[in-house]
Amino acid sequence: MAVQTFVQTVARTLMQEMRRDDRVVVLGQDVGKRGGVFLATEGLFDAFGPDRVIDTPLSEAAIIGAAIGMAVHGLRPVAEVQFSDYVFPGFDQLVSQAAKLRYRSGGSFHAPMVVRMPAGGGVKGGHHHSQNPETHFVHTPGLQVVYPSTPRDAQGTLRTAMRGEDPVVFLEPKRLYRAVKEEVSDDPDATLPVGKGVLRREGDDVVLISYGASMAETVQAAAALAQQGIEADVIDLRWLLPWDEELVLERVARVGRVVLVSEAPRTANLVSEVAATIAEEILDMLEAPPVRVTGFDTPYPYAQDRAYLPGVNRILYAVQQVLEY
Amino acid sequence: MSTARTIPPAPNGAAAGETPPPDALLAMYTTMLTMRRFDERVRDLSAAKAIPGYAHTYFGSEAIAAGVMAALRPDDWIASTYRCHGHAIAKGVALEAMAGELYGRTTGTAKGKGGSMHVSDFDVGMLGAFGIVAAGIPIALGAALTAMRKGTGQVAVAFFGDGAVHQGVFHEGAGLAMLWNAPVVLLCENNQYAEATAIEYHLNTSTIADMACAYAMPAERADGMDVVSAYAAARRAVERARTGGGPTLLELVSYRFSGQYEGDAQGYQPPEEIARWRERDPITTFERLAPERGISTEALARVADEVDRAVDAAFAAAERAPFPEPDDLFDDVYVSYP
Repeated sequence: MAVQTFVQTVARTLMQEMRRDDRVVVLGQDVGKRGGVFLATEGLFDAFGPDRVIDTPLSEAAIIGAAIGMAVHGLRPVAEVQFSDYVFPGFDQLVSQAAKLRYRSGGSFHAPMVVRMPAGGGVKGGHHHSQNPETHFVHTPGLQVVYPSTPRDAQGTLRTAMRGEDPVVFLEPKRLYRAVKEEVSDDPDATLPVGKGVLRREGDDVVLISYGASMAETVQAAAALAQQGIEADVIDLRWLLPWDEELVLERVARVGRVVLVSEAPRTANLVSEVAATIAEEILDMLEAPPVRVTGFDTPYPYAQDRAYLPGVNRILYAVQQVLEY
Repeated sequence: MSTARTIPPAPNGAAAGETPPPDALLAMYTTMLTMRRFDERVRDLSAAKAIPGYAHTYFGSEAIAAGVMAALRPDDWIASTYRCHGHAIAKGVALEAMAGELYGRTTGTAKGKGGSMHVSDFDVGMLGAFGIVAAGIPIALGAALTAMRKGTGQVAVAFFGDGAVHQGVFHEGAGLAMLWNAPVVLLCENNQYAEATAIEYHLNTSTIADMACAYAMPAERADGMDVVSAYAAARRAVERARTGGGPTLLELVSYRFSGQYEGDAQGYQPPEEIARWRERDPITTFERLAPERGISTEALARVADEVDRAVDAAFAAAERAPFPEPDDLFDDVYVSYP
């Protein structure tokens, strides 16, 4: 078993899938000779050359649009947007074109493509290098959205995304790119099912739900709670569109108390949708109102990013609220 | 798909035009040296992790900001890029407020909310630094249109790098600027690298200036390593804009001595290429040419002293400045919100 960081796993999975399927091409700014600004495409250019690992200028609209054209006509493009903050110049292609292609052609066309993008804060990048744009994409039917938090999940979900038939926005938590190493599968067909979350930890006192970059603090919070004798169920959603309603409702109904964590701004956050679904479906099973711990409704701040991000203390405070309700 | 294209050699030396008088030249030198010393400090503090986040230094392009700003009036506008330190210094943003922003302190231009890539100061005509490539171009256009409407005679300069010409907003901005005859200068700071991609691998014309023909826009390509050349070219473009002649695409060719950001190992820039361009370092070039331009070595030494003191003082003040409170992050999202 290989022991790898998140970003190494992305590169290795791309490599394996490119070997397996010669329709796969990778394109984006500096993904080729440089191997990507975060090295998420390291080694691909040497292995597959410039026809399959395409260095593009800084043209997100053209990168994503070209990926659509490739996907429709038989290739399997994986486009990289260097920071998720740079996706907005290409937003039309992704949201208005890729997402609606199948619907607007009455099922005649489809675009099997992946748009990878490092997302999230905690790297002191300021307003334009720290955003969490997932809400825009989960609000876009026609896209699938995945935001894994561990190397192993990155491997399985990226492979699933690349083998799927629909456009997938693949968000990568850049502050966790090199935070942990773990064993990843050597099985070249290791995939993870679309829309399925995972239980990171089991407990009977409270359910913590998160995804992506915030999983690190959520897991730390659960460990801190265990020290106090409070056992938390921890759900990593992994897929945000579709998200795992079945797992969430089952665990929350069992425990009756839930805290939802996400570093994206609060309003219309995906976890607000999850909380609303919990309230609609199993209100009578709840012992306390769901509590959200999120980023704030502000642009991403440079100096105060630790205050902005939902840290362990804010999660613990929310848990206290739902336990004492 | 990526075949290298042949780019004509960079222009070398001052273009036609008068050399400014010694006191004006010395002011440009002061500006260049301030940028250099400021960014040397940024480089060191960034390596020591004393300044967090991504820092993009301006080493190699100092003549451009110094020359262009010398051709502007104080009330003219500029829009900058994430590589903004040089532009901000040349436009007159206080060093202490810039250092404060980099340190994330309340004395920063954005009260610590922006960091290195987001220095702005409307009082000196600095519309802002934009972390998104090419984002400032249409915004500078808007400032120019406002000046036109109000009849103020102000000009707006949009700075962008060579990589930015592949963004849609560059082309949309160029098209509208020409259509509306706006008093704007599209100023391409061609440092020959779009991040790690050398220009011969990303440009689809021979020069950036060539792109102007699609918009029937006047264009010029000039040496961006020599401050007199940069000043002379900028002056022509600025005067055109100010006198109702509309926009210019001005390509000033320089070279990025540093990596894309501090910490970038720069492996994609051949060492001999860096060495060759370092021989044309805008600051040492200026110092070499100073005597024949009527500037004494004593005058240069006095400037160096002043600059060192100013930069020292700015960073010392920034280090002592208070951090914002966590709650401050809720300020300044809106002008008013019920």
